[in-house]
Amino acid sequence: MIDRYKPWQIVLIYIAVIIFLTFILLPFFEMFMASLRPLEHLFRSPYQFWSDDFSFRAYVDMWKTVPLLGRYILNSIFIASAVTLITLALVIPAAYAYARLDFPFKNVSLSLFLGVNMFTGAVLLIPLYRVLRTLGLLNTYWAMIVPGVAFLIPTGIWLLRGYIQKIPVELEEAAYVDGASRLYTLRRVVLPMAVPGLIVVGTAVFIGAYAQQFLFAVTFNQIREYQPLPAGLFEFIGYQSVTWNEMMAAALTGVMPVMVIFLFLQKYLVAGLTAGAVKE
Amino acid sequence: MSQTWFAWALILPAILFIAIIVAWPLVETVRLSFTNAKINSESYVGFENYAKLMESRKFHQTIIRTFYWMILSVSIKLLLGLIGAALLNATVPGKALFRVLVMPPWVIPIAIGMIGWLWLYNGHFGILSGAAQFIGILDGPFEFLAYKSSAFYSAIVADVWVGTPMVTLFLLAAMQGVSKDLYEAAWVDGASRWYRFRRITIPQIMPVMVSMALLSAIWTFNSFEIIWILTEGGPRGATTTLIVDTYKVAIGNFKFGQGAARAVVIVILLAAFSGVYLFFLEKVNRRYGTK
Repeated sequence: MIDRYKPWQIVLIYIAVIIFLTFILLPFFEMFMASLRPLEHLFRSPYQFWSDDFSFRAYVDMWKTVPLLGRYILNSIFIASAVTLITLALVIPAAYAYARLDFPFKNVSLSLFLGVNMFTGAVLLIPLYRVLRTLGLLNTYWAMIVPGVAFLIPTGIWLLRGYIQKIPVELEEAAYVDGASRLYTLRRVVLPMAVPGLIVVGTAVFIGAYAQQFLFAVTFNQIREYQPLPAGLFEFIGYQSVTWNEMMAAALTGVMPVMVIFLFLQKYLVAGLTAGAVKE
Repeated sequence: MSQTWFAWALILPAILFIAIIVAWPLVETVRLSFTNAKINSESYVGFENYAKLMESRKFHQTIIRTFYWMILSVSIKLLLGLIGAALLNATVPGKALFRVLVMPPWVIPIAIGMIGWLWLYNGHFGILSGAAQFIGILDGPFEFLAYKSSAFYSAIVADVWVGTPMVTLFLLAAMQGVSKDLYEAAWVDGASRWYRFRRITIPQIMPVMVSMALLSAIWTFNSFEIIWILTEGGPRGATTTLIVDTYKVAIGNFKFGQGAARAVVIVILLAAFSGVYLFFLEKVNRRYGTK
């Protein structure tokens, strides 16, 4: 058996891990602390590490300061869910084709798909605005869903393709020999086997869709009732003052849905996302 | 023959979607870049927009700043990611928990993470300035985002914070893919842990490192929300990268034509950068015969 760590090495590793995690988690910690402080104590200088009047009041008051907050959070979930479903519907057949079939321009078209990753919405905003206006989608939920889908399709195809390639091809061939059509085989043989991969891709797409809403929302949608959370949060920045404590409380509450999904599925997600990175 | 048809039928919906939402706007951007389009008017001006950009010293500085931003940020991300992955790969109790705790910056929306950083960087009420004063590094409050160079490096730190989890995760996966036999063989020969890391781990994860570097470079080059929410490109342009500049000109000032020309420059620079990167990668690979 290979050498074990000596005690001092283990101590050193833990110290390094703690420093690393402090950097990663500091903003969350500070957001949480800010959310617990009453507003007048938040604006106290010099900085105080501890206040004796921490409370969860901001978590109650935030719903009154920004009455649509609940709606914003639901909008975020709704938009991300819609993006996920549509992306999966487009990605599943395409990923299957790239994983299993041979056809002209296969590699060229796959590279072109991946090339989309070179662009962000920010580069294409103006023509994208015009396209959405032509399609009559501005100021609707679609204005945030449609661009969201487009920028997640390439990654989705790439991830799911890798997963389908690992499913043994013999089952499909057996179904095929038994006279099943290609579409039937895809639906009844490949899809059920690909469920773990679909969970990984679905979760990754959902997280991506939840994360990318800000730019599309502030550019393509003016209707407050449709705004997702990242855009809605900026309503806490008022004319007179910023209710920072409530803004932090709302931000932390608003990321709960995506954090919960991540925590439940992180085991599959981490393994699945990195599957392509590891040589077989 | 029928397989070809079937394959294209499966891909077509995705292609149509991308064609309308990405490819067509891209073509439009190129066309707009030769016009002086504003909200309600538009006429052809040839290469005027590009000529202006070529002459503008400010734009040259923006290009240099963008590459400095990208190279610095990506280097730190790779270094931190490598250290983080090595730490998380160490077989110590609690590593499963550490792995989960690294991911939140990637999971939450960037805009929301940046609200946290805005507060951290606040001179009067943020913990960074507060802690620095407490220790005695600073005499008084320091507004991290108010000065040119501190704003730039503060934005880099926030960008590194967003990008490091993904790099860490992929390098960790690559490390776990390295065959245990290699380590054991080296250990039997008396190689130290550090030697094994340098001579086995690093070369083995190199392919993942180089592809991660390119991906990360593209994301960092295009990083918009981080800068926009923290500084809107300020103070006095200190954090204005190409993507922020493009947004300011096109959306902020409604100069669609000039904005489009900037967008085209971004695409050309990114494509050129990726091309050069892959070209040298190929050369290095051939020379050293690595896979």
